[in-house]
Amino acid sequence: MPKLTLDELARMREQARKTTRLREGGAHRAKVTVHMGTCGIAAGARGVMNALLAEIDRQNAHDVLVVNSGCAGLCSREPMITVERVGEAPVKYADVNPDKMSRIFERHVLGGTIVSEYALGIGSEKTDYQKE
Amino acid sequence: MAETTKETAYRLHLMVCAGTGCVSNRAFEVKEALEKEIRKHGLENEVLVVATGCNGFCERGPLLVVQPGNVFYQQLGLKDIPHLVEEHFLKGRPVSRLMYTPPHDKKPVPILNDIDFFKKQVLIALRNRGLIDPEKIEEYIARDGYKAMAKALTDMTPAQIIKEISLSGLRGRGGAGFPTGLKWDMVRSARSSNGGGKYLVCNGDEGDPGAFMDRSILEADPHAVIEGMVIGAKAVGATQGVVYVRNEYPLAVKRLQTALAQAREFGLLGEDILGTKFGFDIKIHRGAGAFVCGEETALIASIEGRLGEPRPRPPYPAQSGLRGLPTLINNVETWANVPLIIDRGAKWYASIGTETSKGTKVFSIVGKINNTGLVEVPMGITLREIIYDIGGGIPGGKKFKAVQTGGPSGGCIPAEMIDLPIDYESLTRAGSMMGSGGMVVMDEDTCMVDVARYFLSFTRDESCGKCTPCREGTKIMLDILTQITKGRGRESDLKLLESLAQSIKDSALCGLGKTAPHPVLTTLRYFRGEYEAHIRDKKCPAHVCRELNTYTIDERQCLEAGRGCDVCRRNCTSDAIRGEKNTAHTVIQDKCIKCGVCLDVCQFNAVKVD
Repeated sequence: MPKLTLDELARMREQARKTTRLREGGAHRAKVTVHMGTCGIAAGARGVMNALLAEIDRQNAHDVLVVNSGCAGLCSREPMITVERVGEAPVKYADVNPDKMSRIFERHVLGGTIVSEYALGIGSEKTDYQKE
Repeated sequence: MAETTKETAYRLHLMVCAGTGCVSNRAFEVKEALEKEIRKHGLENEVLVVATGCNGFCERGPLLVVQPGNVFYQQLGLKDIPHLVEEHFLKGRPVSRLMYTPPHDKKPVPILNDIDFFKKQVLIALRNRGLIDPEKIEEYIARDGYKAMAKALTDMTPAQIIKEISLSGLRGRGGAGFPTGLKWDMVRSARSSNGGGKYLVCNGDEGDPGAFMDRSILEADPHAVIEGMVIGAKAVGATQGVVYVRNEYPLAVKRLQTALAQAREFGLLGEDILGTKFGFDIKIHRGAGAFVCGEETALIASIEGRLGEPRPRPPYPAQSGLRGLPTLINNVETWANVPLIIDRGAKWYASIGTETSKGTKVFSIVGKINNTGLVEVPMGITLREIIYDIGGGIPGGKKFKAVQTGGPSGGCIPAEMIDLPIDYESLTRAGSMMGSGGMVVMDEDTCMVDVARYFLSFTRDESCGKCTPCREGTKIMLDILTQITKGRGRESDLKLLESLAQSIKDSALCGLGKTAPHPVLTTLRYFRGEYEAHIRDKKCPAHVCRELNTYTIDERQCLEAGRGCDVCRRNCTSDAIRGEKNTAHTVIQDKCIKCGVCLDVCQFNAVKVD
């Protein structure tokens, strides 16, 4: 490791922040919930999750929160995800697969346009601990 | 380093507290178990496990905070881990039985910020606690680490730095509360006699029983101390620094060593820091754990390899300190405050706290309190807020009696003064002191004479013996107190104690002796009646001084509730109980050695103590 200059210190700060910002409860632009009940996992939710994490890296969108939650109650339509852009209503998507995940990420999470052909509806269940 | 800079995003960070408290509660094993379970579910690329410094809520360790979301898990056992990983981190269902439930409540509080213990805290010295891995410099840098140092080295003159520190109102956090800016200015204007430069010292000789803030800061955020010291070095023109830390703090020493090595590797310590031509380096000096070495001249003697004994001042270390050179000594917590003052400005810092005491103070709350731990609160907060809101009150529904602040050299503040705002001046007026920030909470079962005796026995043991008032005076005072607790006190003892205390305060060489009488003086001031009860009535109102107790058995209670169960007689160590099964028992007072075993073993409240 060569000695840092002022600029390199600032660059290192930006780089390291990508990791630590998740801990700081700071501003995020959107939250994506992947439903990971037993039904969701059996239907392929892990693949959806991996696709989502890969998209975040690819697009350098580290201000998108990824949350997993339990079964949403509609087991036949798993894997399901819920996309919540800050200040907008949550939208549920059903029968998601990695490809659809990438498209939803691009168009809805980042772009702000609901992908209506995959969408199940507007709304989300609240868990006890997620009081916001 | 590999983990921090991994290119894929993690969706969860599991912040495992790895302060000494949690580590002794097997936090590292919990961390290993977490990592193992996470691998088992193939989540290792999604979930990152981080070992952080002390979270502060030591009472509830081992602790885990899940980010994002700030979900707080506590008292984790190894057997909880598989369930927790599968439920929360795989399936997204937080596990409420592992969450914190307040003592008077039934419902768990899932989010850290909603827990009373954390709500009223303001974090400056502990700003990175629970948020970074103290062994990774990148994580410190990510949280604006070394930004203030860069500013001080490139954009500020020494005079500007000192002005900023002065305006902030920062005062020494080691206890005496000397204005930090003024101290820095004294060292800056001091001339080194033989052209040998100047020294900087970080005082980490934390000696008060029940105080662990210095250890915690060094363990949780060693870079904050290093950064503060580099800024101080530039301000006063020092080139060499020493961190004096107790050898009993192996984790603090290890993390500091790691941090120093990383800072050197990154060119943030050593020659030509950040290409600014300014050079400064830091060494660790491990102390052997003498209380008196917290005193600055004794500390310097100890670093120089001499006996850790204080010397008369002046000359102050600012003029002639380590190896006869001008030396700036500040406490660990003081140094940790410095970077944020330079980064955010004096005005911001001075907006927190009271008229004369600015900023925050870290306190360790221990003793008879529900939430033992380490807290950082704004100056001016009341004792009531610390003890009841943050500390969660007194366990077992007992009554709050007093709080000892400032360690063995501080004083006991009584329950009547619970609304006292905490700052340097108000504590001094109450006969106590800020000290390093230890707070020992006492409930109604505490005997104040015994407490004074305990603290005095500590200072008597730790007295270095160099000056007569401290060496002989503390011994005589301790003898008198011991006699009182054994029922052999005399009416004249209280006057004698007071006059001895005053002479020691006036004539002892250093802070240890000058403050050693504080516990006696404050308990005499606020709890005189208890001393009188010991001396005149030969009674200890709190029933702590066993020699003054009389044990009796309520015959009716013994027979009706316990049916003469005979347990007391069988356990009696001196054959002092008469009776047999199904009959009422009695204590033979002549034979009783007042050990109290009968009281402990009786399950029917038949044994009474008076």
